[in-house]
Amino acid sequence: MENMTLLDFARGPGLQWALWIFFFGVLWRVVGAMFLLGTKDRSKHRRNHYIRDGLRACLTRSAPAHAFEEKIRFQHLTGYAWHIALFVSVLLFAPHILFFESLLGFGWPHLPNTIILFSAAIAIGVLIALLIRRATHPVQRLISNVDDYVSILVVLLPLISGVLAFAHVGARYETLLALHLLSVELLMIWYPFGKLMHTIMTFPSRYQSGTFFGHRGVKA
Amino acid sequence: MRNDQFLGEYLRMQGVSRRGFLKFCSATASLMALPPSAVGQVAEALATARRPSVIWLSFQECTGCTESLTRSHAPTVESLIFDAISLDYHHTLQAAAGHAAEEAREAAMEENKGKYLLVVDGSIPLDNPGYSTIAGISNLQMLEETAADAFAIVAVGTCAAFGGLPHADPNPTGAVAVSDIITDKPIINVSGCPPIPVVITGVLAHFLTFGTIPELDALGRPAAFFGQNIHDRCYRRPFYERGQFAETFDDEGARKGWCLYKLGCKGPTTYNACATLKWNAGTSFPIQSGHGCFGCSEPDFWDKGGLYQPISAGLWGERDALLGAAAAGAALGVGSALAARARKKKALAEEEA
Repeated sequence: MENMTLLDFARGPGLQWALWIFFFGVLWRVVGAMFLLGTKDRSKHRRNHYIRDGLRACLTRSAPAHAFEEKIRFQHLTGYAWHIALFVSVLLFAPHILFFESLLGFGWPHLPNTIILFSAAIAIGVLIALLIRRATHPVQRLISNVDDYVSILVVLLPLISGVLAFAHVGARYETLLALHLLSVELLMIWYPFGKLMHTIMTFPSRYQSGTFFGHRGVKA
Repeated sequence: MRNDQFLGEYLRMQGVSRRGFLKFCSATASLMALPPSAVGQVAEALATARRPSVIWLSFQECTGCTESLTRSHAPTVESLIFDAISLDYHHTLQAAAGHAAEEAREAAMEENKGKYLLVVDGSIPLDNPGYSTIAGISNLQMLEETAADAFAIVAVGTCAAFGGLPHADPNPTGAVAVSDIITDKPIINVSGCPPIPVVITGVLAHFLTFGTIPELDALGRPAAFFGQNIHDRCYRRPFYERGQFAETFDDEGARKGWCLYKLGCKGPTTYNACATLKWNAGTSFPIQSGHGCFGCSEPDFWDKGGLYQPISAGLWGERDALLGAAAAGAALGVGSALAARARKKKALAEEEA
């Protein structure tokens, strides 16, 4: 194609490069972490319920510890609201399913667009609220680094551009769709190298912590 | 119609009523995005217009554009308007052949120097002039010769406007669009495979009315016809909004007339008047007939993924490259872990020492 448009680039070479970098980075991180697990633990075996301890940690860490429950209620609730809204917006919107189907070879049922729009609005609203809180709360500000802000930004951009593309607001549809895809590509490129890797690492690392503590007789 | 006859006079002779004529003028003004107050001006200009000379050149094409025009819902006022131009050269439609036909073209060019409209359908092959010739004259030579004294050029169809199907990868003839060759004349791209007949006559009506070319979009197409995308004007749009899609061409969704996005409809990225003007006397258009839009009025529509592939589907390219990237990442991961272990071992050894 001699006259490649922005959308052609976003759907083709841009997407291909982003996917290659994504897979390269994710494999690097995951395989690297897995190979680190093989170190010998010199501690005495105290319990023999590794799997149960691992799974238990996955569950118990999904709810706040009782002692902190009141203090972190806002993060807890907004965290759940944000992740559920993101899950619905990304994985249950018909055009997104077609996108995944073109890569994976299979699709799944979608939800009506009204629900998708509603969840996207919640996701955007909650993420902006969390961003403001992170930037203004003294403790959160102290423990935040560039990775946190960049990670929030690269997730926020596809959400906003996606809603604009759906509503045809601000520019021609193909331009908005191209910008939406490019923002997703930015997310894919950043993903393995920042804190967004938690989406892959969260449960394996919880499981690993659970078995590690169980091995040493700690109920975690 | 004689060359010195006014168009209004000719139409009256053909039995077109004043009411029918004004109706057409209103539609034309509306199509050209003119205010209602301009209808009178359009009517007056059309009624007193003399027929302009039009030379129609057909290059690498399938004759679909001519078919579209001539097999439109004739006889209508639009077709009479078309009759009312002096089509001095069109090698598919004219009676003359061979050298006589070429002489007619040369005579029309000479008599109407600087005033005639040049209509082109088909792309122009640049790799080898022998791929497409007319009376031994290469397409390139004929275009350059004829365009030199034209008032403006109307590139009819996607082949003439953007290269079209002959230009599709791997472009074996080196096909290019008219605008790739002629750069010093106004060019109106009336794209489509084929274009809507009313759009062609609308552009001619604009020329007859104002003696100028209409306002064009970024791709050189008349903004009045190509200003909005098909998705925005599609009667199935509410189904898209509600997330109701046909999954196959004969499922329950297809029977209920749901959105064809999942079946590869390119309406959201295609700019044309199909959803408003429609085809066959305003009867229907592809989406209304149950088939998604191909996006035929857009450049390189043939090379933008599968015709039945949804717009949101990615063009992922070769899977081998993906596997290579994953393998390289895994190798780096193993290497990083081994290096970390070695560092740890060294640190422990130093500590013990």
